[in-house]
Amino acid sequence: MSELASPSVRPLSAPGTFRPDPRPAPAVRMVLAQARFETRLLLRNGEQVLLAIVIPALMLIAFSAEPIGTISGGGSRIDYYAPGIIGAAVLSTAFTSQAIATGFERRYSVLKRLGATPLPRWGLLAGKSLSILMVECVQMMLLIGIALAMGWSPHGDPLAVLLLLALGTAAFSGLALWLAGSLRAEATLAVANFVFLIFIGVGGVVVPLDKFGHGAQESLQFLPISALTDGLRDVLQHGSAMPWGPLGILAAWTLVAVAGAARSFKWE
Amino acid sequence: MHESDPAVQIAGLVKRYGDKTAVQGLDLIVDHGTLTAVLGPNGAGKTSTIECCEGYRRPDGGTVRVLGLDPVADAARLRPRIGVMLQSGGIYQSVRAMEMLRHVAGLYANPLNVDELAARLGLDSCGKTTFRRLSGGQQQRLSLALAVVGRPELIFLDEPTAGLDVQARHATWELIEQLRADGVTIVLTTHLLDEAERLADKVAIIDQGRVIAYDSPQRLADTSREQDAIRFEAPAGLDLTALSIAVAPAAKASEPTAGSYHVTGEITPDTLAATTAWCASLGLMPRNLQIEQRSLEDVFLDLTGRELR
Repeated sequence: MSELASPSVRPLSAPGTFRPDPRPAPAVRMVLAQARFETRLLLRNGEQVLLAIVIPALMLIAFSAEPIGTISGGGSRIDYYAPGIIGAAVLSTAFTSQAIATGFERRYSVLKRLGATPLPRWGLLAGKSLSILMVECVQMMLLIGIALAMGWSPHGDPLAVLLLLALGTAAFSGLALWLAGSLRAEATLAVANFVFLIFIGVGGVVVPLDKFGHGAQESLQFLPISALTDGLRDVLQHGSAMPWGPLGILAAWTLVAVAGAARSFKWE
Repeated sequence: MHESDPAVQIAGLVKRYGDKTAVQGLDLIVDHGTLTAVLGPNGAGKTSTIECCEGYRRPDGGTVRVLGLDPVADAARLRPRIGVMLQSGGIYQSVRAMEMLRHVAGLYANPLNVDELAARLGLDSCGKTTFRRLSGGQQQRLSLALAVVGRPELIFLDEPTAGLDVQARHATWELIEQLRADGVTIVLTTHLLDEAERLADKVAIIDQGRVIAYDSPQRLADTSREQDAIRFEAPAGLDLTALSIAVAPAAKASEPTAGSYHVTGEITPDTLAATTAWCASLGLMPRNLQIEQRSLEDVFLDLTGRELR
């Protein structure tokens, strides 16, 4: 049996229905539509939600409530762990999720197809960035809510925190697009997950960098994840002013990653 | 752009991938409001040519103008005005059919009514199904819907009916015919010769990166009318002298196997009348009388050869 409507009730059959009238929607509307669309697809994907929301929330609760790890720098457990896990949440969304999603969009020609719509290429990137920011907002509200409920007392300048989060997001997004543009989708998936685990392990998220010995610490602190968690801890735990060192490292990673992404990124 | 300019103007197009040349000096003109079918064996350069028109590929030589614009340099101005159906893919695997259609419709200021478009293409029953769970035919129809939802002036359809069942193919053809009737210019590639014969104003046969024939389907088939034939069966061993004289010089009569007669050459109403008159003069009724006219498919095979690519 055909699933098609019978000819007698066929819609859109009036002459002139398809008379050409191509007009793009306003740019702002297109970018917002793309951002909403990508956010909805991302939050529908179980693995992505697990990676972006469930795992960071569980890590925060587990490490802060039970004496699993050891902390440095004094203060309560939650004051130490909250900034690290906020950094991990940014890593999961801006880097891991985005690299995997973009890799598969390339693989299924989604980027190519969208390239034939009125949505400009900058609009697609703007939509992706907005979508990441929306997911990060959800993550931050949840993590900050949990942390506050567990007795977290954050210090410092909110502006410094926002700047760290923005530069961290930019650096990780650039790295994600660089990776997705360089490797096949399956390899991107593997590498993005591997890097996520490594960064969680050695990036100052839960284990203090000084546990790795002085030599290792010297190198590890230049990782983008370490710069982000260092900076967030400087401000939120210790109440420092602008953490210029970590901000500088993140800015350098952003420049390198965006240049790499621009060179390697393919729309197909 | 002037309305008198062609919708698509390709001159001397060259496209290479590494040391392989996919398109070598291709010329093609598509007038506004017409439907052009691009035919050719696999690897002939059809998709490369279409993708140069869509702005996906930068030509290595020659010029391409679409609606008077350079598809690469003027992409931002051109893309809102054209509709594109890729040969495959182009859609998020986890997106629901209607969600994708609504999203793409939302990128245009004055899109078609998405519910009616979906109903027209038989997609209304699978609107909540994710793309990866749609049947191949449903995926094709969703791709077609995305190409037309923005009311484009010009659409490029890369094998729009590949993998469709008979009903869906007819529904697609009816939609394409209506688009053309409403003034949309259409360029489609296909492997189905009957599709080209039914839909196209002009057929361009491409082989090895060049256009080797370009005309209306009727005139392409007519160019080799001298190879048509009348076939019939009658008692074996009849004397063909009178028939041969009657149909000469444009055609000739033969009995290739006992009892099976052919009149081959240019078949006209007179040839047919002479054949039946000859049968009547012998007082016999020809059995299984058939007139075989060359189809576009025969022309296509003559031009592009019978080897597998």
